[in-house]
Amino acid sequence: MRFRIDHQIIADLIDDNSKILDLGCGNGELLELLISKNKVKYAVGIEKDIKEVEECLKKGINVLHLNIDEDLNILNDNVFDYVILSFTLQSLKKPDKVITEMIRIGKKAIVSFPNFGNIWIRLYLLFKGKMPKSKFLPYEWYNTPNIHFCSIKDFEALCQEKSIKITKKIYLKKFDKKIKSFMPNLFASLAIFVLEK
Amino acid sequence: MKKIIFNFDKPLKLVSGQELPSFELAYETYGQLNEDKSNAILVLHALSGSSHAGGKDGWWEGMIGPGCPLDTNKYFIICSNIIGSCYGSTGPSSINPKTGKPYGLDFPIITVKDMVNAQKLLIDHLGIKKLYSVIGGSLGGMQALEWAITYPNEIKSSIVIAATSRMSTQNIAFNETGRFAIILDPNFHNGDYYSYNTKPTTGLSLARMIAHITYLSEKIMDQKFGRELKSGKYLFDLHSIEFEVQSYLRYQGEKFVERFDANSYLYITKAMDYFDVTKELPNLKSKIKFLIIAFTSDWLFPVEQSMEIVKLLKENNNNVSFSLIDSDKGHDSFLIDIEEQGKIVSSFLEGLKNEI
Repeated sequence: MRFRIDHQIIADLIDDNSKILDLGCGNGELLELLISKNKVKYAVGIEKDIKEVEECLKKGINVLHLNIDEDLNILNDNVFDYVILSFTLQSLKKPDKVITEMIRIGKKAIVSFPNFGNIWIRLYLLFKGKMPKSKFLPYEWYNTPNIHFCSIKDFEALCQEKSIKITKKIYLKKFDKKIKSFMPNLFASLAIFVLEK
Repeated sequence: MKKIIFNFDKPLKLVSGQELPSFELAYETYGQLNEDKSNAILVLHALSGSSHAGGKDGWWEGMIGPGCPLDTNKYFIICSNIIGSCYGSTGPSSINPKTGKPYGLDFPIITVKDMVNAQKLLIDHLGIKKLYSVIGGSLGGMQALEWAITYPNEIKSSIVIAATSRMSTQNIAFNETGRFAIILDPNFHNGDYYSYNTKPTTGLSLARMIAHITYLSEKIMDQKFGRELKSGKYLFDLHSIEFEVQSYLRYQGEKFVERFDANSYLYITKAMDYFDVTKELPNLKSKIKFLIIAFTSDWLFPVEQSMEIVKLLKENNNNVSFSLIDSDKGHDSFLIDIEEQGKIVSSFLEGLKNEI
């Protein structure tokens, strides 16, 4: 099975035999990858789409059919080693609150998000004068589930405001493995941050 | 599919400290038990249910059968009646061996744990060491939780639908109103109505009418019955049945009286009232995989109560999944709105094969 490149990178960030919560776990693909790599002692996904919930259940993955924005309060403090939010930040109603919750529930948080500060998006807006669309973000502005895009700088500012430590930053150009650290806010398409209290 | 009676002729010790000298349990099975006896699923019924879950007119007809979510081509489905009930199992209308007369109110108080203990003896009798799953809605869901607490090594999974970890005060209040109606019926004769060849029909049907309101959502009641006047105009009369919903409730009450024993109603609702596993669940540490299901319009066992089960089970990192199903049919959704529920249940059962 082929896994998303950001999933592979996230997997490499995780110690073996960990307790893992995946927010917006979709069909359970990432958790399945982590299980196959012996990263999992105990894993749970949270997903709001019932069709995806069924897919997780078929794989035997623990899944809670809940809303990330509203229901994280049912989880106790520090019960997970890692709380992952992969490519979901931009679709949350209250991303700031969720990040804070992730840090409360888990010892570490891993957040991957598309960088809206990257040059292609800037050029798209500059030359086309329209909201950017791509293979990965195919929606129109009015029907997109992605309501809270941010740039790498924006995200760093949020972490600073909330006094959240950023312990690792990984940048990707598109979804390939090329990792750039030169002017990431301009060149990276995707960022993966590891956060701690 | 024929009803079978399991007869246990030794005493059953009850939570109350009393005991039943012997007991009978009615059950039905569907499908075939495989060679290593590893494909058995125990279906647990609600307050007024019976062992007749599958097949024609079974209370979960759409859930049980070949190709159904509880697929009888794969699984061996057992549905047992509960002790205290009146559908072939020992309950207050059964003959008390000491007196040769129906127990009536001499029947000992039973709890959900007692119901489960009796079922466990049936499962032992069938030679099954470990159940693939236990599944039930409402009181059936409470039993599914109790199975996990009492016999954590004897079940592989537990599916808890439209239930709670503890009977809420409001639900105790509803049950109390129903029981009060029965006890105040002049034909109740302190539970010994069998000797008088009568039944507390008014009380029991009133209890059922009240309960039926709690099983439906406001929306579905409005949709089904509305404010439609039977005669097209106000009759300014207290005796007439003017609104559709009046005749519906009375019909439900009358039908229920024909099929259910009033004392069983008292005992089973009492067992529900006593149900509270909020202390046991956080201490549970097991390999069981749980699936908790709630329905959006269920206000008798609302979604918050199912989420509370999830929260309690997570205290010890138990394997728990949860699904909230969109339905406008109220608490009865688990009986009548089974399409989405069925998909969730069959997916979960399929996933049990993947041992993680």
